[in-house]
Amino acid sequence: MLYRLADAIPTIWLVLTLVFIAMRILPGDPAIAALGDGALPEQLAEFREKMGLNVPIWQQYFNFLIGTLTLDFGKSYMNGAPVLDLIARNLPYTIQLTVAAMILGTVIGIPFGVLAAVKRGKLPDSGMRIFSLVGYAVPDFYLGALFLIGFALNLRWFPINGAGSGFFDILHHLFLPALTLALVKAAFIGRLTRTSVLEVLGKDYVRTARAKGARENRVIYRHALRNALLPLATGMGLSLLATLSGSVAVELVFNRPGIGRLLIQSITERDYGVIQGGVVVFALMVVFVNLMMDLLYVVIDPRIRVK
Amino acid sequence: MTIAPSLSRQQPAASVHPGPLLKVEDLSIEFGPKGTAVRVVEGVSFTIDTGAAVGIVGESGSGKSMTSLAVMGLIPSPPGRIATGRILFEGVDLLGLPRSRMPEIRGRDIAMIFQEPMSSLNPVMTIGDQIGEAIKLHQKMGREERRQRVVELLKLVGIPDPERRLGAYPHQFSGGMRQRVMIAMAVACNPKLLIADEPTTALDVTIQAQVLELMHKIRRTLNTTILLISHDLGVIADICERVIVMYAGKVVEDADVKTIFRSPKHPYTRGLLQSIPRLKDENTRLYQIPGMVPLPGTIKQGCPFFPRCPDRIDKCARETPPLLEITPQQKAACWVSAGATS
Repeated sequence: MLYRLADAIPTIWLVLTLVFIAMRILPGDPAIAALGDGALPEQLAEFREKMGLNVPIWQQYFNFLIGTLTLDFGKSYMNGAPVLDLIARNLPYTIQLTVAAMILGTVIGIPFGVLAAVKRGKLPDSGMRIFSLVGYAVPDFYLGALFLIGFALNLRWFPINGAGSGFFDILHHLFLPALTLALVKAAFIGRLTRTSVLEVLGKDYVRTARAKGARENRVIYRHALRNALLPLATGMGLSLLATLSGSVAVELVFNRPGIGRLLIQSITERDYGVIQGGVVVFALMVVFVNLMMDLLYVVIDPRIRVK
Repeated sequence: MTIAPSLSRQQPAASVHPGPLLKVEDLSIEFGPKGTAVRVVEGVSFTIDTGAAVGIVGESGSGKSMTSLAVMGLIPSPPGRIATGRILFEGVDLLGLPRSRMPEIRGRDIAMIFQEPMSSLNPVMTIGDQIGEAIKLHQKMGREERRQRVVELLKLVGIPDPERRLGAYPHQFSGGMRQRVMIAMAVACNPKLLIADEPTTALDVTIQAQVLELMHKIRRTLNTTILLISHDLGVIADICERVIVMYAGKVVEDADVKTIFRSPKHPYTRGLLQSIPRLKDENTRLYQIPGMVPLPGTIKQGCPFFPRCPDRIDKCARETPPLLEITPQQKAACWVSAGATS
C-alpha cells in the first residue's frame, strides 16, 4: 500500500508542473487582474514583489514545489486569505456533493442495470437503453439548469442557491445538484451493470447455483452480482472521477460553494496560488480515489488478496 | 466408514415409487427461433431404475449433455426449447411442473456435477459457504449443525483437513480437489439421482481414477442412482452396468455394459469400441470412424449414421430406424442388426 502511495508521487508532480506551465502560458497579468486596469506601475511592482512574482520563472516554479510539499500555497492575490484556508472552507461542500451523487447514482444505476440484464430484450431493457442514451447525451450543466428552473424556481420545492446549514437543510440544498450528477452517473453505471451481469449470468458457476436449487433472485443477487461488481468497480472509479470534474459545472449552476467554483473563479482572476492549490487538491483526490478502488478490489475479489 | 450412517440419516428413505426412478419418453430439444429451429435431441427415450448406474456415451454434439440438462430443467431458454416428450421422475412429469417447482427438486432430488471444475465454482464464495448453501436451500438446519455436515461431506469426498479448508476459496484448490468439492455439493442433500456430466474429462489421468473411485464410494455409501455422461466408454464401463449410446441427437443403442462390449449391435457402437486404444496391439494404427458427425438438422431422411456406416443397406437411406429390440437386454437403432437385408 505504501508502495502504491509512492507510485502516486510522480503523477502529482506531473500535474503540478503542467498546471504551473499552463498558468504562465495563459495571457493575462495577475497583478493587473488583482489591482485593476488603472493601477500605477509602482503599485503593480509592489504587488508582484509581495506575491513572489518578480523572481525568475524557474525560481517561481521551485518556490511553488517547495510550498506544495509543506502544504503552503501562499495567499490569494484577491483577498489575501491563505489559499489553504480557502480550500479547507470549500472542500467539504465538494465532497458532500460528490459522495451524495455517487451514492444516488449507484442506488439508481445498479438495480436498473440488473433489471435490464435479467429482462433482456424486454421493456425494462429498452427503457434502460433510452435512459442511458439521454443520460450520456445531456450535459450536466444543462440538466442542472433545467432542474433549477423547474423544481427550484417554478415549483419552489428546493432552494435556488447555497449549501445550507444543519443536517436536513444541507440535504435539502444538496438534493438537486446531487441528482443532476447522479442521473448522468446512473446512466453510465446502469449500462455497465447490464453488460457485466449479462456476462456473468452465462458463467458455469451460475449454472451450478441453479443446479443446487437456488431460485432466480438468489442466483442473481448472491452469485451473479458480486462477480459482476469486479469489472464494475473499475467503471465506478472512473465515474467518480468524472463526477469530481462534473461538480465544477454543477457548483456554478447551483451557485454552491465548492472547490470547482473556487477554481473557476480564480482562473478568471488569474489567482495563481488558489488555482495551483485547487488543482493539487483535485489531483490528490484522484490519487486517493484510485487507491480506494484498489482496496475495494481486494474486498470483493478473494483471488487478489495477499496471502 | 463412520460417515455413511449419519449422512443417510439426513433424509428418511424415500416413499417407494413403483416403476423406474427416471423415465424419459420421446424427448426432443430444439435450438433457435421457431420455424428455423434445429433439433439437437430427437425422440430420446430411456429409463433408469432406482439404484442403477447408467451411462450415456457419445461424441461431442450427440445431445448427451443436452439430455441431462433437460432432466435438470436447465436448458438455456431462449434459445433452447423442449419440443416434445415427457420426463417422469418418480412418476411425475417434470416438464409439466410449474417453473417455480423445479428449484425444489434440483439439488434435493436430482443433483448434477459438471465437466469444468475450474469454472463451475463461484470464485468469490468460500467452498464452505457454497456447499452449505446447497444444504440451506433444502433443509432446515442450524448454523453449527450445517457446518458440521459440510465438514462431514468434505471428509466423505476426501478433502484433507476439512475444518480448515471450509474457509478457502476455489482458486486455492487444484482441479481434482475442486471436482471433489463439486461432488460434495451435489450429494449434500443425498439426492435420489446424481447426474455427472463428463466429471473426469477436464482432469489428469491419475486424478480421473481418483474421482471415479470417489463416485464408486458415493454409490456404495449413499445408494445414489447415477446417470453418467461421458464420451469415454472406459469411464462408463468402470461405473455403470448399463449404457445408452447416442449419436446425432438419437439413442442408437441401449444395453448392459457387458453385452455391449461383447457384441455391440449398432455399427456406431462397434466403431467406438474399436477406437479404444488397447495395450496389446500397440503397433497398429488406432481405428477411426470415417467421416464426421453430421451437423444438427442436416440429416432429413434415413439413418443418421448412414453416411459413415460400413454395413449400410438401401433401406437405411430411406427409413430412419427406431430403437429396435434385438434381445430383451439389448436395443439398437439399426435395420441390419435387426435382420433387414435390403
